[in-house]
Amino acid sequence: MDAESLLLSLELASGSGQGLSPDRRASLLTSLTLVKRDYRYDRVLFWGRILGLVADYYIAQGLSEDQLAPRKTLYSLNCMEWSLLPPATEEMVVQTSVVKGRFMGDPSHEYEHTELQKTNEGDKVFEEEVVVQIKEETRLVSVIDQIDKAVAVIPRGALFKTPFGPIHVNRTFEGLSLSEAKKLSSYFHFREPVGLRNKTLLEKADLDPSLDFMDSLEHDIPKGSWSIQAERGNALVVLRSLLWPGLTFFHAPRTKNCGYIYVGTGEKNTDLPFML
Amino acid sequence: MEDLTSPKQEQENQEPGEAGRPWEEIAASSQDPESGLSEPLEPEQWPETGPQPRSSPAQSPQSRASTPLADLTGPETSSPLSPHQEASFTPTLALARQEHSEKTTNVSPKAGTPRSPLSSDKGESTGPPTCQSEGNAFQQSQQTKHHLYGPEDVSDNNSKQRELRFNIFQEEDSNSNCDVGHAGPGVSEAAPSLLEIAIQSAKAYLQKTSSKSGLNLYDHLSDMLTKVLDERPENAVDIIESISQDVKMAHFRKKLDTLQNENEMLPIYEIAEKQKALFLQGNLEGADQELEDEIADNSLPNVMESAFYFEQAGVGLGTDETYRIFLALKQLTDTHPIQRCRFWGKILGLEMNYFVAEVEFREGEDEEDLEDEDVTQERDDGDSEAEENDEDELPRTFYKTPQAIPKEESRTGANKYVYFVCNEPGGPWVKLPSVTPAQIVTARKIKKFFTGRLETPIVSYPPFPGNESNYLRAQIARISAGTHVSPLGFYQFGEEEGEEEEEVEGRRDSFEENPDFEGIPVIDLVESLSNWVHHVQHILSQGRCNWFNPIQKSEEEEEEEGEEKEEEKGEEPDYMEQEVGPPLLTPISEDLEIQNIPPWTARLSSNLIPQYAIAVLRSNLWPGAYAFSNGKKFENVYIGWGHKYSPDNYTPPALPPVYQEYPSGAEITEMDDPSVEEEQAFEASREAAALPVEEMEDTEEDEDEEDDDD
Repeated sequence: MDAESLLLSLELASGSGQGLSPDRRASLLTSLTLVKRDYRYDRVLFWGRILGLVADYYIAQGLSEDQLAPRKTLYSLNCMEWSLLPPATEEMVVQTSVVKGRFMGDPSHEYEHTELQKTNEGDKVFEEEVVVQIKEETRLVSVIDQIDKAVAVIPRGALFKTPFGPIHVNRTFEGLSLSEAKKLSSYFHFREPVGLRNKTLLEKADLDPSLDFMDSLEHDIPKGSWSIQAERGNALVVLRSLLWPGLTFFHAPRTKNCGYIYVGTGEKNTDLPFML
Repeated sequence: MEDLTSPKQEQENQEPGEAGRPWEEIAASSQDPESGLSEPLEPEQWPETGPQPRSSPAQSPQSRASTPLADLTGPETSSPLSPHQEASFTPTLALARQEHSEKTTNVSPKAGTPRSPLSSDKGESTGPPTCQSEGNAFQQSQQTKHHLYGPEDVSDNNSKQRELRFNIFQEEDSNSNCDVGHAGPGVSEAAPSLLEIAIQSAKAYLQKTSSKSGLNLYDHLSDMLTKVLDERPENAVDIIESISQDVKMAHFRKKLDTLQNENEMLPIYEIAEKQKALFLQGNLEGADQELEDEIADNSLPNVMESAFYFEQAGVGLGTDETYRIFLALKQLTDTHPIQRCRFWGKILGLEMNYFVAEVEFREGEDEEDLEDEDVTQERDDGDSEAEENDEDELPRTFYKTPQAIPKEESRTGANKYVYFVCNEPGGPWVKLPSVTPAQIVTARKIKKFFTGRLETPIVSYPPFPGNESNYLRAQIARISAGTHVSPLGFYQFGEEEGEEEEEVEGRRDSFEENPDFEGIPVIDLVESLSNWVHHVQHILSQGRCNWFNPIQKSEEEEEEEGEEKEEEKGEEPDYMEQEVGPPLLTPISEDLEIQNIPPWTARLSSNLIPQYAIAVLRSNLWPGAYAFSNGKKFENVYIGWGHKYSPDNYTPPALPPVYQEYPSGAEITEMDDPSVEEEQAFEASREAAALPVEEMEDTEEDEDEEDDDD
């Protein structure tokens, strides 16, 4: 959610039950403006909160002019002092996929994971148990990245693509209409498109290249991994992800208010197929 | 207006015989100021044109020629022009020039006329000439009142103008710079006129209606610019395309608005109506006495206060929503005889959510669901009957359905409280049925999302006995048992007298508030988990809080059915260990860890101002369960999906092994065919046994053999 409309967004996203306490809210309002100034970001988003056993991580992201460019992620333990996180790489994701369980809340905590590594010494093959240490920071980075790639949502029309390439915020976006807001196809993944090229020409003909340049949520697997609800009788549309429980996207139809926030343990719900 | 005078003037024009008329006459007629201008203007004239209407007797073709002047002055911006009229523009312009020049020359002889200022007006008016042509005249004639001007007049004008044209061109050079007002030298007069023409033609083009959409570019651009000027967005040039699209869409939307809006807005209004009812319910009672009763009889919790504390912890539904929940609870307490009521929490669902209220009915006013009990009893009877009927013919199965463990009485154990749910505050409250042990046991084995509709069947393995309302109730029971905690000492056991007797059974059910509770400092509450205790009974793996021994009844059955069945009974365990769970009011420090993760996380709500902070407990076993305490007060709430946390993946339970249909015995056990040696040995042993008998039966055998041979 945009740091500039933080209070309103928090109020709209409160249906999921997890929010921020007043002192955190107040600290965020001040610190995010400072972050924006210091790092020269175009827009600062408050991404959410990852609940750890000892402490919680508060995550913010900074965007540059081009909305789809890789974002800078910052974390903080007290909503005041923010530290930049390194960008996520493929290796990180692979490495941290073996770590299970909750986040500790201490960025320097190291998970120990024993792996069997085969080492060749001459003709003999040894299997050694190697203890790999994975830092919690790395895990944090990869989890945030996974969540962004999987479930970050933006409504159709909020961004548009200029002929030169960069993607801008659409200032004439006035919100989705009520009928559109209830359809999953009017929401896109807020990331580089993955499945667009696989569409048939017939489908592509209906798309507007300046608005439909991202994947829509309609074709997510498994089907039904999004729960779309109209709260307060159509005055607010809330999407909740079932794959990463804790991610809430809200949008008030016919207004510009939209945003998403993740408050959760940072674990994927791999039992989803059993639960539907 | 000029219209009235024009017929006269036209006729007068025709009278003198216009062909080849000298220019002086034209000039003279032009001296007739506006009237001269106006009259011949009429056929060609726009309704809005025409300077001051004046009537003048003198009519000449020249005056008609002067009409273009007035026309030129009039509708500068709104006249649509057709390109073919351009040809006639030049003569009119030339005429205008001529007239202008002539006017000035004529002014002097007629200096006395007060019309000179009028001529100057004309001069000015000729400055920006508007093109006028016979084509326009045709159009105009249709618009103006008099229809006397037919094509004849126009053609007359045409011919005259053509004749005049030559004269004009010849006399062009002789025109001096007699400009009053805007009209400059001949060339400069031509330039603005040409510009004007170009503008007019461009405008005509812009106002062409699109064959596809019915819009025209001129109107569209003017709408767009109006919008931009009204709204004044920043960097309008960057978003101009979007604005253009929006303006176009707005054009079409208007027609459909009324139809669509109603359907979409209806749910909002319905919900608002329902919630309005919530707000109005309090106003019905105005009497003081009733108010006092209400205050005295207060079974409603202070939801707002708890919400405030929870908000300090970062948990909550938003102030407005919480207030509505508060009112909905009030509605519940007003309509049902409720002793105590509490907001239990919110369970999220796929399509709709559940708001859950925990309720304790007043003594003796229970509304029990007797139907459930009857059904389970019937089922048991039915099974036993089936078995007896099949005894004679078909092989009886030895499978006895494990006796259904009866559910706990209301107000005890897992059914201590009654739960009501609603989908939206303001919606109707629905009572959830009591929970049975079988449901709890099965609920432990499955993991399903709630859809939000209570009648949804739960399709799962093992099959859940019930629909979503039962599953919801079972999960609520589990969550309550697992996460409802209170500070140590807040509750105490009721009576201390019957301790020994109660210990035999192993359970203490009742507790009551401790009036001497002094509170525990918040720091202690956070640091040590032993300061918190569970005040809801733990649910055994049997599914109940109080152990029910199913063996007791089966012992009775044994006596009734006799010894025959003892063999079959042997399959059942003769002795079941009594399941024991942690007793009531156990500190939560005794809770089991989940794979090295502590089951609870305790924190202060704020590190910045610790003196007023509260202690917040977050359950790691049931994500979404929170408890807070400020030392004296405490509250529990659950907001989440309704599932237990497990770091491992969920695996559905394996199918049980295939049951043996029949006991294996000597008669049906398959044996190998005997080998030859075995057969011979068997024969030998048989013969050996038969020898002593043979002598006695010799005669019989002989006879038999003889018979046999036959």
